[in-house]
Amino acid sequence: MRTSWLIAVFVVLLAVVPTARFSGYHLFQMTMVVVYAVAILGLAILTGINGQISLGHGAFYAIGAYTTAILMNSWDVPYWLTLPISALVCAGVGFLVGLPALRLGGLYLALTTFALAVAIPQILKHKLFEDWTGGVQGLVIDKPDAPFGLPLNTDQWLYLFTLGVAVVLYIFAINLTSGRIGRAMRAVRDHAVAAEAMGINLAMLKTRTFAVSAMYTGVAGSLGAIAVAFVAPDSFSVFLSITFFVGLVAGGAASIGGTIVGAVFIEFVPNLADKVSKAAPGAVYGVILIAMMFLMPQGAGGFLHGLWRRVVRLGGK
Amino acid sequence: MPPVDDQPLLRITGVKMRFGGVVALGGVSFDVARGQIRGLIGPNGSGKTTLFNCISGIYRFMEGDILFEGKSLANVPRHEMANIGLGRTFQNVALFRPLSVRDNILVGAHHLAKSGFIANALRLPSVRREDAAAQKRLDDLLDLLDLRGVAETPAGALPFGTQKRVELARALIGDPKLLLLDEPAAGLNHSEVDDLAVMIERVRSHFGCSVLLVEHHMNLVMRVSDKVAALEFGLKIADGTPDEVRAEPEVIRAYLGEPDPELKH
Repeated sequence: MRTSWLIAVFVVLLAVVPTARFSGYHLFQMTMVVVYAVAILGLAILTGINGQISLGHGAFYAIGAYTTAILMNSWDVPYWLTLPISALVCAGVGFLVGLPALRLGGLYLALTTFALAVAIPQILKHKLFEDWTGGVQGLVIDKPDAPFGLPLNTDQWLYLFTLGVAVVLYIFAINLTSGRIGRAMRAVRDHAVAAEAMGINLAMLKTRTFAVSAMYTGVAGSLGAIAVAFVAPDSFSVFLSITFFVGLVAGGAASIGGTIVGAVFIEFVPNLADKVSKAAPGAVYGVILIAMMFLMPQGAGGFLHGLWRRVVRLGGK
Repeated sequence: MPPVDDQPLLRITGVKMRFGGVVALGGVSFDVARGQIRGLIGPNGSGKTTLFNCISGIYRFMEGDILFEGKSLANVPRHEMANIGLGRTFQNVALFRPLSVRDNILVGAHHLAKSGFIANALRLPSVRREDAAAQKRLDDLLDLLDLRGVAETPAGALPFGTQKRVELARALIGDPKLLLLDEPAAGLNHSEVDDLAVMIERVRSHFGCSVLLVEHHMNLVMRVSDKVAALEFGLKIADGTPDEVRAEPEVIRAYLGEPDPELKH
């Protein structure tokens, strides 16, 4: 009980402090942290909890982003209404990608999803879809204003809107992964044959998990598109997928709370590396990444969990 | 129509299985009655594990049939086995190692509940009810199998003997009509085997389920089984009470080898 109160206080602080204190750019950075956290959460459900490795989740992020942009641009759908539609589209695509995944174990699945991530920018640029996607130029969309005459500027409203959606998505994810279905997901990851003997339908569980995962990352793509107010094929290169994977591992693959740390990592560490060395930010980024893996081999999630247990033990004495 | 009570819980009739040119099972038949502890013994390579895998759906047998409550298991998908009442353990323990003992056992109750992804994400009242029901069954088992002290420990961190009890609990929480035990004594020391024998009898009296015990360990099988079948080279060489099977010359020969004519006097 006490933990859920702490989390509630944390969320309120997270909503109030940046909105009241942060300037436009920093607030935008915070918005992107929330967006990335949801994207990594999708990957954590699939890879961390269910054990299906995806190196191509940037593809679902792109599909979500483009779904929102196209709906707003071509059909004048209000931005908030694009989210449920994008969720359905991405869940559908995720389910379909999940079907061949049933026959491909571990590393082969990783390669297949990687191929998807490689293909996506080129598909988005293709002449066939140019009328909708805007081709290489991409699409510019309008930033939403705060509704009901709330005294908030666009950046503030965007941050609160994104955070609100994320909180709902996190609650659903925690419910899903802590109950019967979550146990089944982990069981399949740890021993598929035994899981099947316990009555878990592997094909059904894995494809549905894939759909949920793609849905989360896709909605993150939609939120990201709304926040950036622009989509273009080259924003969704393979590197984005790898970045999500880095965030996942840095946060601690199977940890829900760790996804937030992972998002902070992928949003701020590249900037930090850039400040340290203008000439070789990539090298600095690499060193930070390696140092982190040395200091927290279980990811930030595992590290914080261990720290928490130590605090509880000390408090108990 | 014969009354249901006459029907054996499990009936194996003429099951054959070949791997390439090797005949692993050459037509094996026997029954497991309701409430019975049935032993299945045989030396290495006699086909008992193959038969076990045929029953649990890992292999699809080529000829003959296996009937469970009168219905063929030939085309039952593996994930349906738990649902129709077949629980099992694995030869070398197949636990979900990072998960706590509690979660490991609860996975065994998966098929008793029906709630799906959406109901779970929203944590609907039906999900809470299912959870409460599973927790209650879990509580009973933690006491019965003496696992309460390790309920929150990751299963992979426990000693082998304890892991076997966790596996047994995981099979039992699903309320099986027939419990398939694949070499439960393997890797256990002498006193652990004694505990296991007590445990198997307790399981039967507490849950009223039948047990098919596939085992290498003669002593254990002879001690707890009501009836025993013996296999050698994929064929049944004896079937009866433990005393009858122990006295069977074929069984003695299979286990101890041919008497050496040189040593005869």
